Amino acid sequence: MLRNYLLLAWRVLLRRAFFTAVSLFGIAFTIAMLVLVAAMFDHVLVAGAPEVNQDRTLGLYFAEMEGETMARNGFAGYKLVDTYARNLPGVERVALASAPARLTTYHTGVPEKLYLKRTDDEFWNVMQFHFVEGGPYGRADLERGAFVAVINASTRARLFGADATAVGREFEVDGQRFRVIGVVPDVSFLRVVSFADVWVPHTTAKSDAYRAQLIGDFMGLLLMAPDADPRAIQDEFRSRLARIEFPDPQSFNRISAVPESLLQTVARMLFGARGTDADYGNRLLLALAVATMLFMALPAVNLVNLNISRIMERASEVGVRKAFGASSITLVGQFLIENLVLTLVGSALGVACASLGLWLINRSGVIAYAQLGMNLRVVAWGIAFAVVFGVISGVYPAWRMSRLRPVDALKGVSR
Amino acid sequence: MTTVTIQAGQTHGARGAVADTGGGSRTSASARTSIVALSDVEKVYRTDRIETVALSQISLDVQAGEFVSVMGPSGCGKSTLLNIVGLLDTPSRGRVTINGTPVTDASDRVLARLRNREVGFVFQTFHLVPDLRVIDNVEIPLLYRSMPGSDRRQAARDALERVGLAARMHHFPSQLSGGQQQRVAIARAIVGRPSLLLADEPTGNLDSQMGDEIMGILLDLQQREGTTIVMVTHDQRQADRTERIIRLFDGRLVQ
Repeated sequence: MLRNYLLLAWRVLLRRAFFTAVSLFGIAFTIAMLVLVAAMFDHVLVAGAPEVNQDRTLGLYFAEMEGETMARNGFAGYKLVDTYARNLPGVERVALASAPARLTTYHTGVPEKLYLKRTDDEFWNVMQFHFVEGGPYGRADLERGAFVAVINASTRARLFGADATAVGREFEVDGQRFRVIGVVPDVSFLRVVSFADVWVPHTTAKSDAYRAQLIGDFMGLLLMAPDADPRAIQDEFRSRLARIEFPDPQSFNRISAVPESLLQTVARMLFGARGTDADYGNRLLLALAVATMLFMALPAVNLVNLNISRIMERASEVGVRKAFGASSITLVGQFLIENLVLTLVGSALGVACASLGLWLINRSGVIAYAQLGMNLRVVAWGIAFAVVFGVISGVYPAWRMSRLRPVDALKGVSR
Repeated sequence: MTTVTIQAGQTHGARGAVADTGGGSRTSASARTSIVALSDVEKVYRTDRIETVALSQISLDVQAGEFVSVMGPSGCGKSTLLNIVGLLDTPSRGRVTINGTPVTDASDRVLARLRNREVGFVFQTFHLVPDLRVIDNVEIPLLYRSMPGSDRRQAARDALERVGLAARMHHFPSQLSGGQQQRVAIARAIVGRPSLLLADEPTGNLDSQMGDEIMGILLDLQQREGTTIVMVTHDQRQADRTERIIRLFDGRLVQ
C-alpha cells in the first residue's frame, strides 16, 4: 500500500509542476531557516571539541551582588570560584578562565587585535584541545607566573607566517612578552567558554587585584563526576554563598550565582533573569519550540491552502477509493503520507540550502573562526522539522477531504 | 428475458419471475439468497427552500446471482438508487441490508469494509485514477485488505486477464480507448471478488460495439461465476439481455 501511495504522491507532484515548485520553495525556505538556527544552537550548546565535556560541566558564569542601595553584576570573580566552588561534592575538577579580552599586538609592525584568555592549568584538563604543536602550560608555569602562551592556528599564521612553527618563539601583546609553548586549532567565537586567540596563565595578569573579586571577569568550570547530581552541587554552593562574609556589608550583603549548564545560563541571559536561582533552561526550550511553531505557521497555512486545492482536484479519486473500501482514516493516512513526501523533498532542498548558508557564514568571517556545519544531529532536527511541518500542513486538508461523502466526491463536488 | 416491475412499497415481487427466466447456468430461485434488500427507502435532498424527493417507498430484493437492470428517464433516481445500494449514499428513510448486514446506521469503518468486501462498482465515466498505471488502478480495492503485495499483484493480473487487458497492465488510463478503460474499471470492480457488482450506465459512454463487448463481459461474469449484477442503463437492448428490469419513474418503482 505504501508503495502505491508513494508512487501516486510522486506522480501528483510531477503533474502540477507549478504548485509543486511553489510548495517546495515555501517548505525549503522554512526548513533552511530552522536548520540554520538549529545549527547555531548545536554549535554553541552541544558538546564538541574542545568543549567535549560540556554535558557534565557546570559553569559559574555570572554573579550578582546586592546591597540596600546598590547592585552589581557581571562575570564571576576569581575569588568567588577559587574560594567557594572548590571541593564541592560530585565535582571532579574546577577550572578558571577569564572572559576573552581584546588586546593589541604590534608583532607584525601593524596593530592587530587578539583575544586573550587567562586561565589556570585545569582549564586544559576540563577542555580537550588537540594540540597541533607543543602542549599546554601546567601547575608549575601557573605558580611561577611563567609568560608562556598557547595560541591558535590562525594567530600562528598571522604572527609567524602560514607555514612557520611557533613553539619557542615569542611575541608581545598588551605590553607583555610571551613565549609560545603550544598551538591549537581555531575555536569558534560562538564557543564562548573556550574561545580565544591566545591563552596564558592567569598569574601573568598585570595586577593581583582580580584575586579578591567576587564579581570580575572570570568563569568557573566545574567538571562533574559522571553520576553527580547537579542539584546537590547547586544546593551546596548556594549554602556556601549564604555564609560569605562581605568586605563592605554596607554596600553589598547578598550575592547570587548558580553553577549551571551553558543552556541554562544562555536562557537566564535571554530572559533577563540574573539574580534568581530559577532554572530557565526548560523555559528557553519551550520558547524555542513555540517560536519554531509560529515560524512554521505562516508557510504551513499557505501549504494548507495549496494542499486543499490540490486534494480537492482529486475529489473523484477520493470517491473511487471510498467506493472501493477506503475508510476516512485510511484516506487521511494516504494524503498525510503524500504531504510528508512533499515536505521531505522540500526539506532536503532546505537542508542543502542551509548547508550552503553555513558554508557562506563560515567563509565570510562574520563569526570569527566559525565552524558551523551539518552533522547528523542537525540533519535529524531538519527531518523532525519536516515531519512536524508535513503533519500540520497536511492534517486539515486530509481530514477535510476524508469527510467528503463518496457520492459527492465521485461527482467532483469538493465543498 | 423477463421484465418485472415492482410497485412502490411492494417487496419481493420479482423473485418468482426470476426463476422462470432462461439463461444458462443460473441458480434456481429456491437456492438463492438475498444480496440486496431495500425496505421502504426514501431519499430526499433538502436545501434552504427546496425539498426534492429523489426516491420514494422503494422496496426490493436482489437475489444472489441475479442480473438486474434499472431503467427509467433521466432524473428518475436510478443512480441515486444504485448509490444507496452501493453504500455511497445514505437513504433519508428506510432500511438497507447488504448480504445480510443492516447498514442503515453503520459506522464509516463498517461501511468501508462492506464496500470493500461486498460491492464492486463500474461507473459510466470509468473513474480511473489518471496518475496510476492500469495494474495499480486495478489493485485499489485490495489495498484496503490485509494481504501480501505479491498476492495483490497476482489478483490484479488475473482480473485484467479476465477482461482481456493483461497486455496493457503497465499503460496509463489516458493511453487506452474508452472501451479498454471500462474493461479496466470492470477488472477493478471484480478483483476483490465482491458478491455484488453495481454498474452505472457502463456502456453509456461507449459506441454500440464496445458496449456489446462490455455487456458480454458482465453477462459472462454473471453466468460463469454467478456474480450478482445490478446495472443502471438507458439502453433497452442491453437491458433486454438481463434477467430482470426494474423501472423507475419520478423516484418510484413503476409498472
